[in-house]
Amino acid sequence: MTTNEKTAAEVKNPSNRFFEQTWDLQYKHALGSTVSRFLDGLAEGKIWGRRTTDGRVLVPARSYDDITHEKTGEWVEVANTGTIEMFTIVYEAFKGLPTPPYALAYVMLEGADTALVGYVQGIDLHDRASAIAALQIGTRVDVRFAEKPAGTAADYWFELGATPKQ
Amino acid sequence: MINVGIAGFGQSHFQTTRTDVTFPELVKEGADLALADADISIGKVDAVVYPLAPDALIGVSNGERWVIDALGATGKPFMRVNNGGATGMSAVLTAWTHIASGLFDVVLVAGADRVSESGSAQSVLNKMWDVGYERTVPLNTITMLALSAQRYMHLYNSDETDMALVTVKNRKHASLNPYAHLRTLITVEEVLATRTLAWPIKLGDACPASTGAAGVVLVSEKYAKKNGLKPAWIRGIGQNTETFWMGNRVGEKALGDHADADALGYAFDIAYAQAGITDPVNQVHVAEVYAPFSSVELHVIEAARLAEKGRSPRDLRAGKFALGSEGPVVNPSGGTLCTNPIAVTGTIRVGEAANQVLGRAGAHQVPNARVAIASAIGGDHQFYSTMVLCSDLEEI
Repeated sequence: MTTNEKTAAEVKNPSNRFFEQTWDLQYKHALGSTVSRFLDGLAEGKIWGRRTTDGRVLVPARSYDDITHEKTGEWVEVANTGTIEMFTIVYEAFKGLPTPPYALAYVMLEGADTALVGYVQGIDLHDRASAIAALQIGTRVDVRFAEKPAGTAADYWFELGATPKQ
Repeated sequence: MINVGIAGFGQSHFQTTRTDVTFPELVKEGADLALADADISIGKVDAVVYPLAPDALIGVSNGERWVIDALGATGKPFMRVNNGGATGMSAVLTAWTHIASGLFDVVLVAGADRVSESGSAQSVLNKMWDVGYERTVPLNTITMLALSAQRYMHLYNSDETDMALVTVKNRKHASLNPYAHLRTLITVEEVLATRTLAWPIKLGDACPASTGAAGVVLVSEKYAKKNGLKPAWIRGIGQNTETFWMGNRVGEKALGDHADADALGYAFDIAYAQAGITDPVNQVHVAEVYAPFSSVELHVIEAARLAEKGRSPRDLRAGKFALGSEGPVVNPSGGTLCTNPIAVTGTIRVGEAANQVLGRAGAHQVPNARVAIASAIGGDHQFYSTMVLCSDLEEI
């Protein structure tokens, strides 16, 4: 008998045994000087980008460019306001990830040519239709910063914008 | 270049769990089914290519070591391939290169997956993202494609019903495919009523976590003729890669848009040019394209040039792409949306396309199919593979 002819009972025989395991691995990743300076800027309420050789501003700051493959140069501080380029609202709980609901968006800050990802806070996500309407592409948002920065990318998030476009 | 054909394809009856076999035993099932279908013994195989996506999904590091004996690879050249969701097709492209170069005549590609053994799949997949900038945000393969789906809906004035129509079509196709995992019919209303995972993606828009194996055997034209084989011929291949950063796929200066699959479109153009296809809508009869969420199939149909950008929803509403319709049929097997054993999902796309052009697809056969395309996507919508298959070597 080939495997494809096996009955459901054989395939799920309750006497078949299992081996259970959990992976608990630890890492301490060096983030390098470019990422470190970006994260330092969050403590000062600043979002930094880096200018590419063809004049684009990469946010968050990266030391090399995906298009030209050249190193980036000048540090450029971009605005703390921008517009939503895409978003999602998560309602499903995934093991090891935060408790839903939460909203994520990629935001194009003024002065940047690439979008920055972050949580969007301050919206009632349980009212789904209203939340979806509030987060549509083009919506103005402000960057908010943690009062007590932890030195990670969690030190910033977005909220619906009060600042008009400059 | 040496012509290469698919001489055999085997696959399991996919389901959520299998407790009757170990993981290597499951891999052997894929190898055995593929070799049996090709009627080629392991002794005739010159080299083996093994698709395996992230190790953490199977819970064994460098899982290729574990399955060498199951694949019959001892004493033979061997490679593991990992391109995320594109893995199963990248492995076939690697095997194609092995033969097209003239180095080998017979190459086996076989593997397996059992995604449901880890309840932590989306936690594993979250670890694809940059540790400095993006890991504090819970990105995963569902949210990354929800972002794309939301942007597609906005750009092209599409809605969740368009996504649901993809699921309805593919479930109907899968109901005819005895190997598919999700085979029950579903209505638009039922899809729309499923719970939201990451808006706009709902459970009814999402692929299952599938367990099973698959494999294909590739042969050179010389070997096929000498042994009287009639394989499905690979007439064109394409590959392309997109930036790691999803935030670089929006804005006026982006190379491609995260709403679309522009980089995949380029990979299709490469394969079409090799195959001599200039009018895909009229020259392609079947498409087996990788789309793990309903929303992805919309922009993949457009990347394959089977619909204009933003117009696949309109065509779907008109009944196109379904079995029995005029023009190319998309995912007659039910596709990735109904069966997703990650490591071999791309292998199945090629195998199903091969079966179609050989008239061997059974109840989901597209009548008189001669030309088929297959594609796969991996990484954070980042690695793209395409292929054109044909029942013969004549001009397309």
